[in-house]
Amino acid sequence: MEDQDKILSEVTQGEYKYGFVTDIETEIIEKGLSEDVIRLISAKKEEPEFMLNFRLDAYRRWLKMKMPNWAYLKVPPIDFQAISYYAAPKKKAQYESLDEVDPELLETFNKLGIPLEEQKHLAGVAVDAVIDSVSVKTTFKETLAEKGIIFCSFSEAVKEHPELVQKYLGQAVPVADNYFAALNSAVFSDGSFCYIPKGVRCPMELSTYFRINAANTGQFERTLIVADDDSYVSYLEGCTAPMRDENQLHAAVVEIIALDRAEVKYSTVQNWYPGDKNGKGGIYNFVTKRGVCRGVSSKISWTQVETGSAITWKYPSCILMGDNSVGEFNSVAVTNNYQQADTGSKMIHIGKNTKSTIISKGISAGKSDNSYRGLVKILPGAKNSRNFSQCDSLLLNDTCGAHTFPYIEVGNKSSVVEHEATTSKIGEDQIFYCNQRGIDTEMAIGMIVNGYAKEVLNKLPMEFAVEAQKLLQISLEGSVG
Amino acid sequence: MLSIKDLYVSVEGMEILKGINLEVKPGEVHAIMGPNGSGKSTLANVLAGKEEYEVTSGSVLFDGEDLLDKAPEDRAKDGLFLSFQYPVEIPGVPMVNFLKSAVNEHRKHKGEKELTAGEFLKLMREKMDMVDMHPNLTNRSVNEGFSGGEKKKNEIFQMALLEPRLAILDETDSGLDIDALKTVANGVNALRSPERSAIVVTHYQRLLDYIVPDFVHILYKGKIVKTAGKELALELEEKGYDWIKTEN
Repeated sequence: MEDQDKILSEVTQGEYKYGFVTDIETEIIEKGLSEDVIRLISAKKEEPEFMLNFRLDAYRRWLKMKMPNWAYLKVPPIDFQAISYYAAPKKKAQYESLDEVDPELLETFNKLGIPLEEQKHLAGVAVDAVIDSVSVKTTFKETLAEKGIIFCSFSEAVKEHPELVQKYLGQAVPVADNYFAALNSAVFSDGSFCYIPKGVRCPMELSTYFRINAANTGQFERTLIVADDDSYVSYLEGCTAPMRDENQLHAAVVEIIALDRAEVKYSTVQNWYPGDKNGKGGIYNFVTKRGVCRGVSSKISWTQVETGSAITWKYPSCILMGDNSVGEFNSVAVTNNYQQADTGSKMIHIGKNTKSTIISKGISAGKSDNSYRGLVKILPGAKNSRNFSQCDSLLLNDTCGAHTFPYIEVGNKSSVVEHEATTSKIGEDQIFYCNQRGIDTEMAIGMIVNGYAKEVLNKLPMEFAVEAQKLLQISLEGSVG
Repeated sequence: MLSIKDLYVSVEGMEILKGINLEVKPGEVHAIMGPNGSGKSTLANVLAGKEEYEVTSGSVLFDGEDLLDKAPEDRAKDGLFLSFQYPVEIPGVPMVNFLKSAVNEHRKHKGEKELTAGEFLKLMREKMDMVDMHPNLTNRSVNEGFSGGEKKKNEIFQMALLEPRLAILDETDSGLDIDALKTVANGVNALRSPERSAIVVTHYQRLLDYIVPDFVHILYKGKIVKTAGKELALELEEKGYDWIKTEN
């Protein structure tokens, strides 16, 4: 409740809070994309040959692909030759202690409210902070190492654990899975790698803060999480980006592999710059996130709170291969002003007795469009499988849009699929009731919206839930006239 | 305290209140009675500041200040409370969070320190006893899953927490059994003081057995057609509203 009060006072502050640019010396390669550029990226990162081949294979396939246009989105043309595909802070990338870290960088974290020095002391959170493509600081590594857990930057994983990377990279998201995944596979700069060994329960939440920083640099993150037999991990991804006038492309790939009886919880709070009130600027977010429940009785759950980006194209999915495996998707997506979001999930049931749940809560305000798109596919062999989907839309005014595109394919008779959907407008009566108790309209909307999204917010780890509540409130500021 | 002068109010172009005059002094309890559609709820809602009610002429002063000029939340913080006829449900918002925000908004307005969670819970428990609220109710979402009687008790409970100087009870007695009615009335009576006033809007005399008014007004077709002491309610009970209708 204390936090709620803080949130409320913060709500009264105006524009996008995280709009600032950190002045760090950055090494950027020339704009444009070609095989030479890919070779250059791979060489700069001193990658083994399998990585270069992976990239080149992806690039060659990407060249033959077209940008998808089936989403309910208006995407301005993207000039892929006008983007620089690699930017790294010039200074030494890995630090032994915080004293070595560029003070400007630390200041950035302070503005974000996630000072590393505090994070280090925070119980149970290890932070792999990614600023513009290269990991700068990884904490809690030693504690994790004792348990045999690997949590490091992707580049480091390629160097230190090439056998694991080679074994699992592209297993959930094949190189040519889709246009943006192929692009990412060709040019990804860095990201996070996580491996939980057999029988290990990760003792803390693993957390990565992403941040797009250099102007005109597309950000292509790659995350790979592998949970071996009987292991458990909860992974947090939080994002903020500085305010920019020109649009920035972001095309990340997240892959999760869960082996026998392993469980992976992946939580995201996404708060990238959504553009200004007139729809100028903002991040284009084309992300491919997919988990494979490869082992029996394994479980992968995606929980996301999406408030940012001008355009969001994102469908965290689960492929339920192992018998008795479980997939979950819990989402709150907020769009305001001119934001567009086409987001949802895919649950592909392959193994027997597999279960999936989709809870999607869309909130639209301003002149925005918010779409849920989901596929539930039960293959003939996935006997006795179950899916429950609930897709709710809340409209804050008459100028925004909410759309639901559910696709359901059931290949056998022993499975059960349920789909529920509601669309409602925020109640004037609810707002008036709050007003009459002394609560102003802005605060009332924050409360009502948080109440509406509660089912999903409750699934977030505690420290994230608070941040998510703030974001909901901040992103709907000024949405009532 | 409250001074309504020649108030005309329309809803969607239809005139509902046609020249209301009413003076409420500190410590007084006024009952407003009348048949369905006479404008009782309109009066309650327009005082609270509900948007769709359009004041076409007249004035309302609350403590000498123009009430109609103020936003609903400011009226509330100035000490005007409306017990809703149909309290709305707000799914997912815990009662306790809702009430703490409400109480602290009031306190901030008065320049008082906001209550901490602990202080608030203590205050809440105190007031719950007053209206015989089941402790479980405050863990639920606002009005969600409350029975009709619980919703009304909840309104009185909120009133007890916010300690308004002018409470408007809009048919708080409707749908209550006799025990709940007594509880509600006890809650209201406990708040009576020389500084606090109430306007009790009701169809029936029944509630007025427990909340004894200083004045009874009869509202008919948007006008106050009769004003007298508490005996008027009894007379009305005996003769029915047809008595008023034939006279006007």
